[in-house]
Amino acid sequence: MSCLLETRDLTIRFGGQVAVNAVTCAFQPGTLTAIVGPNGAGKTTYFNLISGQLAATSGSVWFGGENVTGLGVHQRARRGIGRAFQLTNLFPHLSVLENVRLAVQARSRAGVDLFSMATSHRNLIEQAMAYLERVALAAKSHLPAAALSHGDQRKLEVALMLALEPDIFMFDEPTAGMSVDEVPVLLDLIEAIKRQGDKTILLVEHKMDVVRRLADRIIVLHNGTLVADGDPAEVVALPVVQEAYLGVRR
Amino acid sequence: MSPLDHILSGDRPRSRILALLLIAAFVALAFAPFLFPGTKALGVASRICIFIVLAASYDIVLGYTGIVSFAHAMFFGIGAYGVAIALNWDTSWGAIALGLLVAIIVSTLLAAAIGLLSLRLRALFFSMVTLAFASFALILASQLRDITGGEDGLTFSVPHLLTPAFRLLSQPFLGVRIDGRVVTYYLVFTTATLLFLLMLRIVNSPFGRVLQAIRENEFRAEALGYSILLHRTLAGVIGAVMATLAGGMLALVLRYNGPAASMSFEIMVDGILLMTVIGGMGTLYGPMLGAVLIVLAQYELQPGLAALSALVQNVPVLPRLINPDRWLLWLGVLFVVIVYFFPNGLVGRLRKRG
Repeated sequence: MSCLLETRDLTIRFGGQVAVNAVTCAFQPGTLTAIVGPNGAGKTTYFNLISGQLAATSGSVWFGGENVTGLGVHQRARRGIGRAFQLTNLFPHLSVLENVRLAVQARSRAGVDLFSMATSHRNLIEQAMAYLERVALAAKSHLPAAALSHGDQRKLEVALMLALEPDIFMFDEPTAGMSVDEVPVLLDLIEAIKRQGDKTILLVEHKMDVVRRLADRIIVLHNGTLVADGDPAEVVALPVVQEAYLGVRR
Repeated sequence: MSPLDHILSGDRPRSRILALLLIAAFVALAFAPFLFPGTKALGVASRICIFIVLAASYDIVLGYTGIVSFAHAMFFGIGAYGVAIALNWDTSWGAIALGLLVAIIVSTLLAAAIGLLSLRLRALFFSMVTLAFASFALILASQLRDITGGEDGLTFSVPHLLTPAFRLLSQPFLGVRIDGRVVTYYLVFTTATLLFLLMLRIVNSPFGRVLQAIRENEFRAEALGYSILLHRTLAGVIGAVMATLAGGMLALVLRYNGPAASMSFEIMVDGILLMTVIGGMGTLYGPMLGAVLIVLAQYELQPGLAALSALVQNVPVLPRLINPDRWLLWLGVLFVVIVYFFPNGLVGRLRKRG
């Protein structure tokens, strides 16, 4: 099976600390891979290496057969690597609609259009509203992003990634801090993306019930090293996973 | 969409008081030669038009993009020197065009170089580098005597159409002689209006929205696929070119240019920075209002204080305090008070009132 994303011996060191250690892994389209591991295992760092926020010490990242290790964040985003952040990362003083409109505009490549009015691009606004409807935020489109509840901000975060129409969706603990009744909206959304069948989804998640419900495959990071990779049922039964999870679970 | 929205690019003042102030300023400037006859008043009106463009262009850089640059007066000076040097060499429209063209090219290259540095350097160091650029330009302007006239600057002739000796109409119109000065004023007024509306369009364009996104959250804008370097640099170049054009207009109006007239730190700080901050950053209307207020204060505070101190000349201490020589002190006090009470500038304050 051809893979869309691949990391080869991907490593990053901070001083003496090896945060991600020679991780070699390939991700196929149509598959949702959950990345699990205790806090500090290097999951978010691994994401940062893939989407470009951090530069690898050694090793490489391949996307669609191209070595993207030397590319910047915006270049990787344009190639189709989408990312929703763990800590909500929005444009707080811009409206909810404008947040998403900016993402739609990024894909339309109208960013260096200097002489038309942004409001005259009706199609961008309509598309943005459609994404807001998918995350059930259309009614709050006029509010500044900062005025949203935590749960709604998480949804907006996901809407920004949806609007980029990426080939890879990277979710970093999408349900963290969400209230119980808000979680299903988000999980349904991830399932809907999965049902499209051609998208590669990476999910960092602590809640094992969420992982069991969504994952086709689980990889386990421990101290920056890939220690297990496989079918969810098999991986969950592994002693190393039991140990890692028993260690952090309250 | 109404025609007004087309002209203002949908960016209305969003405050009744602000709208009234802006209309008053626009009408006063549009009819300045007839409302305020006299050479001095026309000079003040021209200066207001020029500084509206200059402060607004700085707002694109500072207010919309969040780049703290002290090199903006340098671009203003480059424009003024471009026209001054060209007209000193040949009094013709062709020379003006050539001078402006060369100045725009120089400004574009410098602004692009400074923009590229902004990626490598973080805020404070970047500001210091712009300061170094500005100092260097100022030294060049005062040392290259053969070209720039050094500290004395250059005095030159302008094409006949713009000279006081030129008469557009043989008879006075509304009691005002329509001479080359009035022609020059309307050239400046029209250019300034068009440039301001163009900048209003740019900040409300898809590009302008990206600038605001970068100012809000650079990290996220990049993750959406926007090149920070490209947008920052382009914003810097646009601001620089606008400032250059404003400088060209200044030279035409003064028929003189020197370091103090266009390139000095007084222009940068007392002029551009003050106007933008007092008026309200990131609003374009703010710098417009700021330019009107500060230029008026620079010209009218001194005579105003003179009149005031004459009124109270028998009171002890007071006349000395408001002695016209102290006008800079009072301008400073005014600045501190406005910044303290209206941290978002006058426009920010007016918009909050609704």
